[in-house]
Amino acid sequence: MALNYDQAVSKYEPTLGLEVHVELNTNSKMFCSCSTVFGAEPNTQTCPVCLGMPGALPVVNAKAIESSILIGLALNCSIAPYSRFARKNYFYPDMPKNFQTSQYDEPICVDGYLDVEIETDEGPKTFRVDIERVHMEEDTGKSLHVGGATGRIHGAEYSLLDYNRAGIPLVEIVTRIVPGTGKYAPAVARAYVTELRDILRSLGVSDVKMEQGSLRCDANVSLAPIGSGKLGTRSETKNVNSLRSVERAVAGEIVRQANRLEAGERIVQETRHFLEESGETRPGRSKETAEDYRYFPEPDLVPVAPDAKWIEELRATLPEKPSTRRKRLQEAWGVSDNEMASMVNAELLDTVEATIALGAEPARARGWWLGEISRLANEKEVHPTSLITAEQVAEVIALIANGELTDKLARGVVEGVIAGEGSPREVIDKRGLKVVSDDGALMTAIEAAIAAQPDTAERIRGGNIPAAGALIGAVMKATGGQADAAKVRELLLKHLGQG
Amino acid sequence: MSMIHKTATEMAQALADKSITAVELTKQHLDRIAAVDGDVHAFLHVDTEGALAQAAESDAKRAAGETRSVLEGIPLALKDVLTQKGVPTTCGSKMLEGWRPPYDSTVVSKLKNAGVVILGKTNMDEFAMGSSTENSAYGPTHNPWALDRIPGGSGGGSAAALAAFEAPLAIGTDTGGSIRQPAAVTGTVGVKPTYGGVSRFGLVAFSSSLDQAGPCARTVLDTALLHEAIAGYDERDSTSINAPVPNVVAAAKRQEVKGMKIGVIKELMGDGFQKGVLDSFKQSLDLLQEQGAEIVEVSCPSFDYGIAAYYLIAPSEASSNLARFDSMRYGIRVGDDGQRGAEEVMSATREVGFGKEVKRRIILGTYALSSGYYDAYYGSAQKVRTLIKRDFESAFNLADVLVSPSTPTTAFKIGERANDPLAMYLADITTIPVNMAGIGGMSLPSGLSADDGLPVGFQIMSPAMQDDRMYRVGGTLEAALNDKLGKPVWAQAPELVVK
Repeated sequence: MALNYDQAVSKYEPTLGLEVHVELNTNSKMFCSCSTVFGAEPNTQTCPVCLGMPGALPVVNAKAIESSILIGLALNCSIAPYSRFARKNYFYPDMPKNFQTSQYDEPICVDGYLDVEIETDEGPKTFRVDIERVHMEEDTGKSLHVGGATGRIHGAEYSLLDYNRAGIPLVEIVTRIVPGTGKYAPAVARAYVTELRDILRSLGVSDVKMEQGSLRCDANVSLAPIGSGKLGTRSETKNVNSLRSVERAVAGEIVRQANRLEAGERIVQETRHFLEESGETRPGRSKETAEDYRYFPEPDLVPVAPDAKWIEELRATLPEKPSTRRKRLQEAWGVSDNEMASMVNAELLDTVEATIALGAEPARARGWWLGEISRLANEKEVHPTSLITAEQVAEVIALIANGELTDKLARGVVEGVIAGEGSPREVIDKRGLKVVSDDGALMTAIEAAIAAQPDTAERIRGGNIPAAGALIGAVMKATGGQADAAKVRELLLKHLGQG
Repeated sequence: MSMIHKTATEMAQALADKSITAVELTKQHLDRIAAVDGDVHAFLHVDTEGALAQAAESDAKRAAGETRSVLEGIPLALKDVLTQKGVPTTCGSKMLEGWRPPYDSTVVSKLKNAGVVILGKTNMDEFAMGSSTENSAYGPTHNPWALDRIPGGSGGGSAAALAAFEAPLAIGTDTGGSIRQPAAVTGTVGVKPTYGGVSRFGLVAFSSSLDQAGPCARTVLDTALLHEAIAGYDERDSTSINAPVPNVVAAAKRQEVKGMKIGVIKELMGDGFQKGVLDSFKQSLDLLQEQGAEIVEVSCPSFDYGIAAYYLIAPSEASSNLARFDSMRYGIRVGDDGQRGAEEVMSATREVGFGKEVKRRIILGTYALSSGYYDAYYGSAQKVRTLIKRDFESAFNLADVLVSPSTPTTAFKIGERANDPLAMYLADITTIPVNMAGIGGMSLPSGLSADDGLPVGFQIMSPAMQDDRMYRVGGTLEAALNDKLGKPVWAQAPELVVK
């Protein structure tokens, strides 16, 4: 009888370890001046350096060092006064030099930590995840293996190589083992990657898009019988492409390993691939016979020795911690955990904050950005902020607040702004979207509505207030939606002796 | 009138006087190459069209009063290990047959900016691995002094081109002696500048931490002029030194050594040195003493381990540097029949593309870097390197420059050591310590050996970024020798049969 998750964690203690690769968003590559923009035609963003042409030499991107130091500082690391790059030697066609230039035993940042909070049965609890190291390296090119069944190089008919990605700066953030999470291991893993992603985003050093691969997580999991005080053999799960997958992958590995151990089998130290559909992992490369990368210090580069004063200058620029900021804003705006999370996930927290800073009421600012504007953005497959500015949205909200626009009219205004018809004011003028608030004009429409539905009017006079809806609807229709519904209601009820 | 037997300085004067044009001067050298290179085989590629175009441009510049440097219009032979845009660059290897680099090395850019005319690419041991130029995949170069003898290596082509009057200037590269040892056995001058003094960008790497490009010519002053043209900081080479170039031209002209202390390294003149070499060396010491220098003896005990350490460090770096030659992006490709996988094609290509010595060193280096052996081999070799540096530091506390014979013997016969790698490696016993310490070294002719009538080289070493010192001593010794011998060593070379 196979163990389920609850049974697995009641017998075995999981130990976590997480390796996160972050693509930095520098304008140029790690060791040359080629562009890093995503999605260009294959092999158009290359030069002799990132193609590994004979004679070409690397030069370290200073911006990448700055970003790495910022990451280290935000993760409470020590910044090494002296760190070096090494060569990791192995042959693969997408690696132009057949070695990867990477930091090895002398990384730029060491010994940090990140506190993450999760919900437990006993309420919120904070886990400290110790960071072993943050190091810099370069990305490889991309291979596309055409033909063959597996999509791997073996058995492929031919392979296509795109070196645009070769040499993009990567930072790898490696935790120490995280013991004592018990059944919360999957939640801690997810909370860690989430918090890390938010920190990286707040630092502005990466796009942190898991689905595009600018943030990749490898989850190491091992199990040992509870109370044994031992560490089991670990597996390393790759291809974990979303926050939800981080949680599922860890849980899936715990169940798989527990069942193997139950059956008296041993855990193989290996790389496994996460399968999005089933939530399971399948074996990849075995690490039992560890590949020998023949690391040695990269002789083409000089050591990285950042000035202590510069480090302190960078420390002074660190933004507020995302978790602190979220708590502060959530309290100030009076929004729920879910509402907060949806703003963060939609990458609209900064924008909503800016809109509120311009005078918009928090609920309206959040509503417009996450509602109508996000809907339009989804249709166009763009980010909402590329359609309209916080200033424009704040202006629309102000016009609603002072009664110049109704919600329905405001949608038209937003649509017009997005269509490039000008500022909200200009759109109102061009489209004639002004609220009809002239009592005379409204009264004419109300009287017409009463004349058309005398029975309804009679029921209202008799005290059936809900029946007013039908007449208000008729007035709104007659004014093309430009009347202020509340105003119509007020005038109508008064006219029928119920005001 | 033919000017090929003149010095570059004299040619520059004739160009300035307008007694010859750059096109005429270039044609004279192209004619000479056509006449003698069938026997000498100094060149792998003669760029007739390119050289004549550069010469014509040079004449136009001069006519317009826009002379770019003192070397404007002077022809030069370029070692085939430096990239020149659009011109075949093979490094003496089958692997790169047909490859035309898409970019200029920094040395080539500087030469072009100085108005130097590049005649073509010279022969060398494959990937600069060797001391005789016999390891070229395109056949050996012959010493113009005795065609059955080696011209040294790896830069035998550049040195032979100078000795055969095919060019007045040449560029070499020196990883363990590849400029100085060929200079010594061909009666020419060659300088390995301080490591980082000349940019390595575009120098196809053999051993990155040891490689250094440098100037070669027939006189010390010509060498200094070329040194000045190619040296200086380059932001594309992280290991290049950001400091002013030492004033080597003024030093070469000074011809005065009064009060200078010249240190003779005890360990570099013992057993295994040819008698004629030692006699010539001692005669030069006497001449320097006559000029007012003080001769002192110094000891550098760690030099005994120099060759052993060098043959771990250089092959280790080479095993990684040469990994990029995998047939995927440039160079030859073997076995791509649509059936074989990428790995098999890489392997088949490397089997055919690399020669025996290159394979020997890749295997040696791969082994030395392997897990479990790294500390014992690469690690120990790095310690020896530090000890050699310290020996030099102590010695330079006692002397302004250090001296030794450039090589233990005069040119040996082609084939004599071809099957005895250890004997071949010993040819660099005197030159290797300079590379290991990153300091400057020069070889200039000190006369002919009494036992075989072949040229002998005198090595001068100066501390890092004090390259001017070796030019000062070299210029003085050269003048004293010319007085004593009646004419320069290079002018005593036997006439080649002109075809």
